[in-house]
Amino acid sequence: MGDIHVMREDLRPPEPPARRHFISIRDVGRDDLERLLATARTFERSLEREVKKLPTLKGRLVINVFYESSTRTSSSFELAAKRLSADTMSIKSSGSSVDKGESLKDTALTLGAYDPDVIVIRHPQIGAPQLVARVTDAHVVNAGDGKHQHPTQALLDLYAIKQELGRIDGLHVAIVGDVLHSRVARSLVQALALMGAHVTLVAPPALLPREIEAMGCETTTDISAIAGADVVYVLRMQRERMQEGANYVPSLREYTAKWGVTPERLRPGQKVMHPGPMNRGVEIDPRVADHADALIETQVRAGLVTRMAVLYDLLVGAPAPVPVGDPVEVA
Amino acid sequence: MAAMLFVKEGAGENLVVRGARVLDPAQGIDATIDVRVDNGVITALGTDLDTNSHRVVDADGLVVAPAFVDPHVHLRTPGREDEETIASGTAAAAAGGYCAILAMPNTDPVVDSAASLRSLVDTARRDAEIPVGFLAAITKQQGGAELTEMGELADAGAAGFSDDGVPVTSPGLMRRALQYGSVMRRRIALHCEEPTLSRGGQMHEGAVSAELGFTGYPSVAESVMVERDLALAAYEGQPLHLLHLSAWESVQALRRARQAGIEATGEVTPHHLCLTDEAVRSLDPNVKMNPPLRSESDRAALIEALKDGTVTCIATDHAPHARHEKDVPFEAAPFGVTGLETAFAALYTHLVEPGIVPLATVLERMSTGPARAYGLDEPRIAVGAAASLVVLDLQASYRIDEQAFRSRSVNSWLLGATVKGRVRATVAAGRLVYAA
Repeated sequence: MGDIHVMREDLRPPEPPARRHFISIRDVGRDDLERLLATARTFERSLEREVKKLPTLKGRLVINVFYESSTRTSSSFELAAKRLSADTMSIKSSGSSVDKGESLKDTALTLGAYDPDVIVIRHPQIGAPQLVARVTDAHVVNAGDGKHQHPTQALLDLYAIKQELGRIDGLHVAIVGDVLHSRVARSLVQALALMGAHVTLVAPPALLPREIEAMGCETTTDISAIAGADVVYVLRMQRERMQEGANYVPSLREYTAKWGVTPERLRPGQKVMHPGPMNRGVEIDPRVADHADALIETQVRAGLVTRMAVLYDLLVGAPAPVPVGDPVEVA
Repeated sequence: MAAMLFVKEGAGENLVVRGARVLDPAQGIDATIDVRVDNGVITALGTDLDTNSHRVVDADGLVVAPAFVDPHVHLRTPGREDEETIASGTAAAAAGGYCAILAMPNTDPVVDSAASLRSLVDTARRDAEIPVGFLAAITKQQGGAELTEMGELADAGAAGFSDDGVPVTSPGLMRRALQYGSVMRRRIALHCEEPTLSRGGQMHEGAVSAELGFTGYPSVAESVMVERDLALAAYEGQPLHLLHLSAWESVQALRRARQAGIEATGEVTPHHLCLTDEAVRSLDPNVKMNPPLRSESDRAALIEALKDGTVTCIATDHAPHARHEKDVPFEAAPFGVTGLETAFAALYTHLVEPGIVPLATVLERMSTGPARAYGLDEPRIAVGAAASLVVLDLQASYRIDEQAFRSRSVNSWLLGATVKGRVRATVAAGRLVYAA
């Protein structure tokens, strides 16, 4: 126990209400986001100490299941769980029974047999986290499902914006690039709208989903619109989705010429964000990526504390389990 | 003309249905009278009919109507008998109030030869609880390249022709199918979908797909094919039937075509009449089907078309799927939902009881309309007609439970829902095939 410090009173996060899962920003309210951001802030302060590990989730089990490659998300979830003293396991689709054709349901049932407290899942198909939530008793955290949602990315982006600009309410954020294939964009639009920011999506026509304005944003195909924003959020041009003959844009070269985020298209003082991994020279000019106004490393750091906040919120906020065999008092 | 419906042998029933409200919109009957059936044929309509030694169905407070005809069912036989068989599918149909159903040929193998059709006919004569007809494919293996031998197939008992499940993409081949199909005097039934517009589509393209991140399957993917096929039908002067219409633009096109005198009929499904793409927010694989659930304005247009007679058929597009194949993320799930056992309750609960569509319209579009579209005998409540009756309890409220299904599959969008309107008995071609 020598390496574990009892949390100081002033570092104790606000008391969260009970919630089951963190699957979509649509399921949460502004209060939830504010609380998670405040919790993340307390964890950030705790990480400034010499001994960074907190005892909060000691004895809890967090299983990370990644059916898609990931560096930032999987490493930060694993570290977040470890910093909170939870036991962790990481399962990747390659090298597991998934290679033998095991269905997601059966994998979830297998992992569920270990009674995990949290299952963090990334999966290429929309609806995978809901299925895991249906067949296990664990709290499910969506670490990205197809083109649908990536709610912890949105949370870390809010955190990074608030840290750099002091507020979110009233800011103008331009999100540029392949909105169509981006779960990051969908989560972020909802989260920013909840927090009172003004959002403009900027993309070639075929990469702007029809009727996406209903999510509470504006759309334009004109890249010059980014000059008016406080924050320019650049999406990754997903080469793997740009299959031959899809013709979303004629070529990556033309995309870069027309929609690439370059110093010439920005004005001084604008903050630039990117969820990574970047395609330098495609959606983002290397000079922009390396400039002091780019918040890319801030985002990565925010990923750790916000994911700690999500785990804490689900587990400490959840009702304590009834021990098996205990007599139940009937009123 | 060769027979188009097949059923196992059975003696005609002797029964009297007593005290029901008899409703046959096509005959203009709406009265509380008894119906007597001798050897499977309606012999008397009137009050206080003599029961002799007949079986008596006490239908006091219930509705009796012509039994239903479903022009669009997937019986998964041959190939996927784990999902449905002729026996289980026709038993499900009997429980749903149907006296006749038509099965689609997109089986494994595809019904594209007289040999495979004859084998289905033989099985139906042995196993079918109610009369069942089989459509044969328009093109060999539904490959869209070569016409099937429609003449031989019609002689072997094909009730029509369809490549349902996939469109006939080539306009030239579509034209040839209309030309040649006319010789056989069987309906050509078309699945209208332009694949380059629907490719990858998981649900209707609109605000909900934008938010959920699904690749959209836009309305226009259906309507451009509807417009093409109606243009070809007009040019060739041939009739056609449009399967599972889902979009506002499609029914507009059908309405214009019918007004212009083209002999085109269309069908809509209970799920397209009752649900919209908002239901997909649940990510429940049992609301995933092709064509997809569309917007509220599309749903309103389908209802309007049903009421004004632009669309004359309600079809379930009953599409059974194995449990493990639907128990996956929405995106990985196959398209299709079951419907035979829930169609009337769904429509009664969502459309009739709230006063959106009159009961008589629903009954007519579930029975006379589809029979007429395919040239089948129309179920009628008239002296001398073969008894094909459904007894309906409009007051019964109950929960849809998978244990109650006679279908081998349970991929119903109504699982767990509480509905109103229950089928109490079905008489199909003179035989009592279901009683609850």
